[in-house]
Amino acid sequence: MDEKKLAIVATKGTLDWGYPPFILASTAAALGYGVEIFFTFYGLQLLKKDLSHLRVSPLGNPAMPMPVPMPTLMMVLPGMEGMATSMMKSKMKAKGVASLEELRELCVEAEVRMVACQMTVDLFEFDTADFIEGIELGGAAAFFEFAGESDITLFI
Amino acid sequence: MVQEDQILDARGLNCPLPILRTKKALGELTSGQVLKIVATDPGAVKDFEAFAKQTKNPLLEHAEAAGEFIFFIQKA
Repeated sequence: MDEKKLAIVATKGTLDWGYPPFILASTAAALGYGVEIFFTFYGLQLLKKDLSHLRVSPLGNPAMPMPVPMPTLMMVLPGMEGMATSMMKSKMKAKGVASLEELRELCVEAEVRMVACQMTVDLFEFDTADFIEGIELGGAAAFFEFAGESDITLFI
Repeated sequence: MVQEDQILDARGLNCPLPILRTKKALGELTSGQVLKIVATDPGAVKDFEAFAKQTKNPLLEHAEAAGEFIFFIQKA
């Protein structure tokens, strides 16, 4: 058993923060790592079959590059979030960045283990039927069973 | 010049897709065969060196011409 292992905790459910777990998991798998992602709190959004609801918000996100400088107060206006989201999606497409669905599919193909946190599934009343196939449910102890043997553990 | 058995066109793709496609393409080759990859992602240079080193598939050669990066990886 000399296979390296990577354990990731995915806690964010926005379009931008959905990328790091799937990019790192798919790449690690391509390098021969055994990979597990534990999805908890808002990270559970990344397990839904349909990811078109994910957004990126310019509100409280001062580092997000905008085409023109805008005062923070304007970020609360209706439509700003939708605009930022479609801007980011079209930019990603133009730059040849994979969609989240595509990266997740590559993770599934590479047999990345995906575990949904049972407590937060119950807390937010997620319907596990909305999740993609092959998801396991588990708790903190289940995460440590894998993380304890891992070479790398990331909290995202 | 190294002779390739298969070509992977990864132009226009961004991290981590060139590496993921390469991994998949290597899976279809037999040991000793050579995959040629053409990419445009400037980050690919470091990534392919790292990929070759970690997966033990030798990077035989790499070159850059007209904004394109060319790699020859041999399946171990």
